[in-house]
Amino acid sequence: MSDPRPALKLDQAVFARDDWSVTLDLELMPGEWLALIGPSGAGKSTLMDMVAGFLPLTSGSISIAEEDVSGKGPSERPLSIVFQDNNLFPHLTVFQNVALGIAPNRRVAPHERGRIENILDTVGLGGKGGRKPHELSGGERQRAALARAFLRRQPLLLLDEPFASLGPALRRDMMKTLRQLRSEFTETPLTILMVTHHPEDARSYADRVAFLDQGRIAHVGPVENMLGEAAPEDVRRYLGSQDHSRRLDAI
Amino acid sequence: MARDRTIRLILGVAAALLLTGFLAGGFVVLAAGTDGELPLLAILTDPYLRGVTLFTLEQAALSTLLSVIGAIPLASALHRSRFPGRSVVLRIFLLPQALPVLVGALAIITVWGRNGVVADVGAFLGLPRFSIYGLSGILIAHVFFNLPLAARLMIAALDDVPKESWKLAGQLSFSPWTTFRLVEWPAIRTVLPAAASLIFMLCATSFTIVLVLGGGPGATTLEVAIYQTLRYEFDPGRAVALSLLQIGLTAIILTVANRLGGSDAGQFGLGGRATRWDRAGPIRRGYDAVVLILGLFFVLSPFVAIVLAGITADLWRLLSEAAVLDALFTSLWVAFTSGLLALFLSVLILLGVEALASAERRMTLTMPLPRRALEIAASLVLVVPPVVVGAGWFLGLREVTSVFSAAPYIVVLTNMAMAVPFAVRILGPGFAAAHNRYEKLADSLGMTGFRRFRLLDWPALRRPVGLAFALAIAISLGDLGAIALFGNREFTTLPYLLYQRMGSYRTDDAAGLALILGVVCLALIWFAERTSAIEAKAK
Repeated sequence: MSDPRPALKLDQAVFARDDWSVTLDLELMPGEWLALIGPSGAGKSTLMDMVAGFLPLTSGSISIAEEDVSGKGPSERPLSIVFQDNNLFPHLTVFQNVALGIAPNRRVAPHERGRIENILDTVGLGGKGGRKPHELSGGERQRAALARAFLRRQPLLLLDEPFASLGPALRRDMMKTLRQLRSEFTETPLTILMVTHHPEDARSYADRVAFLDQGRIAHVGPVENMLGEAAPEDVRRYLGSQDHSRRLDAI
Repeated sequence: MARDRTIRLILGVAAALLLTGFLAGGFVVLAAGTDGELPLLAILTDPYLRGVTLFTLEQAALSTLLSVIGAIPLASALHRSRFPGRSVVLRIFLLPQALPVLVGALAIITVWGRNGVVADVGAFLGLPRFSIYGLSGILIAHVFFNLPLAARLMIAALDDVPKESWKLAGQLSFSPWTTFRLVEWPAIRTVLPAAASLIFMLCATSFTIVLVLGGGPGATTLEVAIYQTLRYEFDPGRAVALSLLQIGLTAIILTVANRLGGSDAGQFGLGGRATRWDRAGPIRRGYDAVVLILGLFFVLSPFVAIVLAGITADLWRLLSEAAVLDALFTSLWVAFTSGLLALFLSVLILLGVEALASAERRMTLTMPLPRRALEIAASLVLVVPPVVVGAGWFLGLREVTSVFSAAPYIVVLTNMAMAVPFAVRILGPGFAAAHNRYEKLADSLGMTGFRRFRLLDWPALRRPVGLAFALAIAISLGDLGAIALFGNREFTTLPYLLYQRMGSYRTDDAAGLALILGVVCLALIWFAERTSAIEAKAK
């Protein structure tokens, strides 16, 4: 992590409320994919909300592409985000939902329609643009959300457990789609920060893994160090509790 | 377990029968007093009453339209604005619901009347002074009470929007218009039918406002016409026929309201707790400020008027006047008794409703009809005018006992019946949710009887019970329905005394009494709301 130009940098970034706080130091290089793991209540979603600008910092700073965004609102930060649920507005069609990625406050220009159709094809939703979200499966809804995130062409993508409610096979499909989108629809290296409860996803796709516990990043390192035999004791304990679900995944 | 549910069902049905019996009993007695001659046809063809019916619908429709349309920008501005003292502003919009209608009507006269501040400002601008009596006054008063109610229902709907939608609106940089179009309006639209039908029903059955602000034959509703028929003409036959017309009308409105979706009108929450990340440009901030200031002026000015007019009255003399003290104590004991009875009946009915809901969940009962019947019994008073119920018992008891000695009981029971629908609405949702969640656990542990009540039912009731009780007391404290018929020298409540003093043009006294009544009711609701909020926070 000696590269002086991190894509994302959290420098003693603190969010405190009542008797609970998170204090974070983290750097992600351009094009890096970091998986964030840790027990429930460790602060993973808080970290995502701090980076996205949904939670104000109590102290410290957050920089994206070397620009301090600590005081900026969510719309002023160069990033896209995909949530676990409710990514689509139920009264808009899939096409309209995806189009919000490039034209949130106006009609889509004719020349932009092709881009939207193209990305819908890529995520396997070709011909389904006219449907409402309730007419899609859970996986298809998340594909539409991914399509919108990639249309925005931002250098940082936050994935807040977007596939947690999908079955193992579908989740693997989604991860493949994500990788395909990353290679086809980004011009500059896309940095990904992904919260996951599935070590398998981290093993298959992430470059590094950060383990969050009690509001702090307890360990961060390459996947093989973090999830292999030499993993730190507390990470192993956490993974042990995940073992059952991992075996189920394998089945 | 089955025995336990049977007991609960019996208790619920017994409570519903008592309530229905009381409401229908009065009506039956009144109908029996007509010697079988109901001038229904005469009423339907009477041009005056046709006018009354049309006016009832017209004022209700206009009040609904103005309340709902005005509530949309207010709810939207209240929900998204962030400024110091926001929770105080949100609380201010709760005030009208806690204010006795008669006090509100008096305050509206003070602000909007010929000599009020609005007329003064209008006159300064060269506008003619308009009369508050008639349709305009009724509309202003109805909007004063119902616009905040509609706004609150809309804010509750906005609170239900998933947090991800607000995050997306912030992240995708939605403009205020896009946020309204894509996030706010779809949420508000879902409660519009329920809010509109509820307000329409409240305005169509409005009594006190029309009695005080109605301007004679041209501005009378069915409910007031029934009262006038009994009080001044004493024509039970005509009163029953009018009541049937009123019941038919309200039943239709209630049916439509139910079809359009229920509402949480009985809820009394602050709402507006959702976190949002809107773009806040100067134009939007300015627009919100204007909307909030106008809304605050509209809602707060009558309260200021009550306080200003009240403190200029000789409050000390009023409070040492025997008639006032008598009325205050009568009001308090009537309100506490009817509030306690309303709570008791509501809990029993809810036990029955949940016993039936449980049977439906376990598929031993396939039809929701019996449960719906119990729920309808709790809301029956919304259809049967309290004036008619009171009058029926008045006539019936006249034959067997002294009406004066029976009057307090009838007023207590009528007020109790009026509070039950609200108490059931406040207590019901949490009660049903607790049963849904823990019933299987309680069953598997073999919990029955009082222990089941203490561990399953009571925790769900404990938090909202104070609010339900306070609202029931406030309804009774402010009621001018039953007491308008039964009030006499020996049995006078504060609203009745206030109405009398208004009628005899003792305006200073009326203002002082309005202040006392208003303060008592607001203090009660404030205390209940704070207790409920503190308990919720502790939880």
